[in-house]
Amino acid sequence: MSEITLSVNGETHKLDVDPSTPLLHVLRNDLGLRGPRFGCGLGQCGTCTVLMNGTAIRSCNRPVSRATGEITTLEGLSADGELHPVQRAWIDEQVPQCGYCQNGQMLTAKALLDDNPSPSDDEIREGMNRVLCRCMTYYRIQAAVKRAAITMAGGEGDR
Amino acid sequence: MRDERASGHRDARAAWRPTEDDHEFPTEIVRAMAPWDGSTSRRDFLRTSGLFVLGFSGAGVAGSAGLVGMGPRGSEQQPASTPTPDPGEAPLYPDPDFLQLDSWLVVHEDGTATFYVGKTDGGQGTGTATRQIMCDELDIAYDQATLVMGRTDMTVDQGGSGGSDAIERDAMAARRVAAEARRVLLEMAAEHFGVPANELAVSDGVISDGSRTITYGELIGGKRFDVVLMGANVNATTGVASVKAVQDLKLVGQSLPRYDIPAKVDGSLEWAVDVKRPGMVHARHVRPPFAGATLAGIDESSVRDIPGFIRVVSKGNYIAVVCEREEQAIEAADRLQAQWEKPGTAPFPSSEDLFDYMRSATPANGGIPASASGRQSARVDGDPDAALATAATVIEAAYDIPFQGHTAIGPAHGVADPSDGQMTVYTNDMKPYSHRTGIAEFLGMPPDRVRVIWMDGPQLYGRTAADDAGFEAAYLAKELGRPVRVQWMRHEETAWDTKGPAFAIDLRGGLDADGNVIVLDYRGRIANYAHLGYNQASTVLIAQLMGIRPERPSPGGGRGPDDMYHIPNRREDTRPVRFPLAFETPLRTGNLRDPNGPQTTFAGESFIDEMAATANADPVEFRLRLLRGATGDDEAHRRARSIAVVEAAAEAYGWDARPSPKTVGSGQILTGRGIAYAYRARTTVATIVDVEVDRETGRVWVKRMVCGHDCGLVINPDGLESTVQGNLLHGISRTLYEEVRFDGEKVTSVDWRTHPTLTHTDTPERIDVVIVNGDPNPGRPDLPPYGAGEPSHRTVPAAIANAIHDATGVRIRRLPLRPQQVLAALAAAEV
Repeated sequence: MSEITLSVNGETHKLDVDPSTPLLHVLRNDLGLRGPRFGCGLGQCGTCTVLMNGTAIRSCNRPVSRATGEITTLEGLSADGELHPVQRAWIDEQVPQCGYCQNGQMLTAKALLDDNPSPSDDEIREGMNRVLCRCMTYYRIQAAVKRAAITMAGGEGDR
Repeated sequence: MRDERASGHRDARAAWRPTEDDHEFPTEIVRAMAPWDGSTSRRDFLRTSGLFVLGFSGAGVAGSAGLVGMGPRGSEQQPASTPTPDPGEAPLYPDPDFLQLDSWLVVHEDGTATFYVGKTDGGQGTGTATRQIMCDELDIAYDQATLVMGRTDMTVDQGGSGGSDAIERDAMAARRVAAEARRVLLEMAAEHFGVPANELAVSDGVISDGSRTITYGELIGGKRFDVVLMGANVNATTGVASVKAVQDLKLVGQSLPRYDIPAKVDGSLEWAVDVKRPGMVHARHVRPPFAGATLAGIDESSVRDIPGFIRVVSKGNYIAVVCEREEQAIEAADRLQAQWEKPGTAPFPSSEDLFDYMRSATPANGGIPASASGRQSARVDGDPDAALATAATVIEAAYDIPFQGHTAIGPAHGVADPSDGQMTVYTNDMKPYSHRTGIAEFLGMPPDRVRVIWMDGPQLYGRTAADDAGFEAAYLAKELGRPVRVQWMRHEETAWDTKGPAFAIDLRGGLDADGNVIVLDYRGRIANYAHLGYNQASTVLIAQLMGIRPERPSPGGGRGPDDMYHIPNRREDTRPVRFPLAFETPLRTGNLRDPNGPQTTFAGESFIDEMAATANADPVEFRLRLLRGATGDDEAHRRARSIAVVEAAAEAYGWDARPSPKTVGSGQILTGRGIAYAYRARTTVATIVDVEVDRETGRVWVKRMVCGHDCGLVINPDGLESTVQGNLLHGISRTLYEEVRFDGEKVTSVDWRTHPTLTHTDTPERIDVVIVNGDPNPGRPDLPPYGAGEPSHRTVPAAIANAIHDATGVRIRRLPLRPQQVLAALAAAEV
């Protein structure tokens, strides 16, 4: 055990944990966050995705000692009770089925759109490709990413 | 948003001690536990209403209850009293009584309502749809109701989920109860106003006699209906009220947004994986490294120095390690040294030898006539052998479908809390009621000391019809005397979850000189011995590893493909095959979405296309001709509705008639189209796909899908469309990628690389779901809804295989179609 300093959703936390502990378990079990979830522990599925300094990373195989930037989880995506345009698009398109993977889908979409505000269909497919969904909501996810892109560009999302 | 009435209601009498932190629950659960009349909790409410019906002095209610008659509980009616649980009494969890209206529906003082149904929603929107139809019958606004699902202590036992019958069967019982509640409320208002009930109007929970109004909340808010319902079983539950005619339903048919989505999007929903209990510890498992291995010893010193280590729990071949923290348990499971002895006999063949093994093995039930075994099936129409002997053309084909995994996106998990001599299990088991009875039996506890609380989790699809982790958590919680959280690792989930069974199917068909199908001979072998079932205490993995065995295995047989084709001579015979290792095997089978449907339909509908090609006929016209071969009506008008979905899909697609395959193109990308049709239960489906086949890489892309779908009355069109989209894409995944592989000692599919799944780049460019109401009596008031959670899934593999044949002229008869398999097939055919 050793003291780790972690910055999550704008708050700084000092924690006494083994520095090799995957970030995911610290976020869930020490900070009580529910957005990132365990899916594979191998970095393959994306269910545990968080943003670190705006980049989508896998928290299941990232030692907490290497979580050195500002971490944003799904809970931190909305500001002052206002949903992020990505989250609004997810509701408008009625994307989730079971919803277990959608944390990773939304955060990956957020990072994608920050990097490329008007992605083509192929860029959306490629950019989202490493986040798996076993309810197979991909079709609606891609529609929601497009809708969010339009909203973030100041336009009206249309169905 | 939190329900205000939930705060501060827990007085000393409330028997909610095991869940002191109930505020952790979602709003609808909090509301469910809110006081009814300022002093009793939902459990007290159910206890009083369910176990001994209390008289209620509210206007009109006693008379109304009398109208319904004295049900089974009627003679037990006693004067009203508020029960005061003994403070030292351990909590008991009696079953809510489905014959009490109060078990299903509560109207609060503010006029809002809470509904209670014994179902679970895997994300297909059955909760939203049930709430819609109950609101419609009760006549309150959709946003004035909440729905609680799947708590054994709070919701009547409707069995949880399975079989896509949530709307077809269970929501109809709930609908009738809501209609009865409306009737009783109108009776109360009639007495209040002194006018006949049939002169009253009701809208959004407000009853009017033309000049005066009174709300549902004013009439009964927070009080019990005390109305006894009728019905031989929960599915038949009804009052005396009639349900509304379909044309009078206002919310049914609207694409109302799913109530569960906002909390899934903003991160606020508490899932079963999120449950934390005071003093909770974490467990992980060590599974046998070889199927059928026997545990010979454990060296606990290999993990004793891990910080937070608590205990190794072992019995038979079951091993769990328990630690204070999750990552500690993961490390301990990784490091624990255990000695295993391999079995003397190979547990199963390798996946490469599987289909040869299945075809050459003696069926599990030997020479017993198939019809006598119950689960096997044989069907003979006409004289297939004579027809095969006289047919102008006979073709044969063999189809192979491997084991496929559920591979849930989140591995199995559960939390069990043994506080106060009871056991509470927090789980995403889709059948919480059998989970509860199974766990009670497994632990040797009275069922009324066990309760199971269903919470959202990763998919259902049959995997959680017998959720192993809940049993494991409960066992460990009992052993340690403190709350335990269990979660499987990815390699466990992929290797040891329940599998959809492999099939080896041989088909022969005969056509006459005019190209008409006169005979079809279907012989299936199914690797489905010792099917897992539903939460039986003798079949879940922990029980099997401990050496517990069911009295007799449950060999899951299967029918041939479900179609309404008129073929005068027909034989279907399906026989299960067993491997040397029948129990504690990672190849244990369980229900996987539309059990057997994708496999049998892949063979059946591929072979129909093979016969169409033999007859040089267009695949759509060929199918329509077979469907029109008979003219008689049938249950649920399946024949007419089959024709309707084939025609609707073809029209929406823009199908032009021609035989398949077309002339093979010369470029790198070959394109083709294919159709498959099927029914499941009373729902009919036809799916048409466009594929692109890359002859250089072997990649198949399903570019477009059109699905003609008839499931009768549609409650929520957008929810239905989402469900069908999921079915179709899941079908692509099973067609192109999914296969469980094993080497004769163990399963070697252990993660997303070795059991791949569909990804974003595989997603079709366009999916059209064409909702058909092919009922020959359109608009009739009793048009019922049928299931939609599975039927369209089964059409996908054959539609894709038929489209690949159309594009390339190559018939693929083994799933999945990973690029290397496609390349090999193209090379073999010199395409």
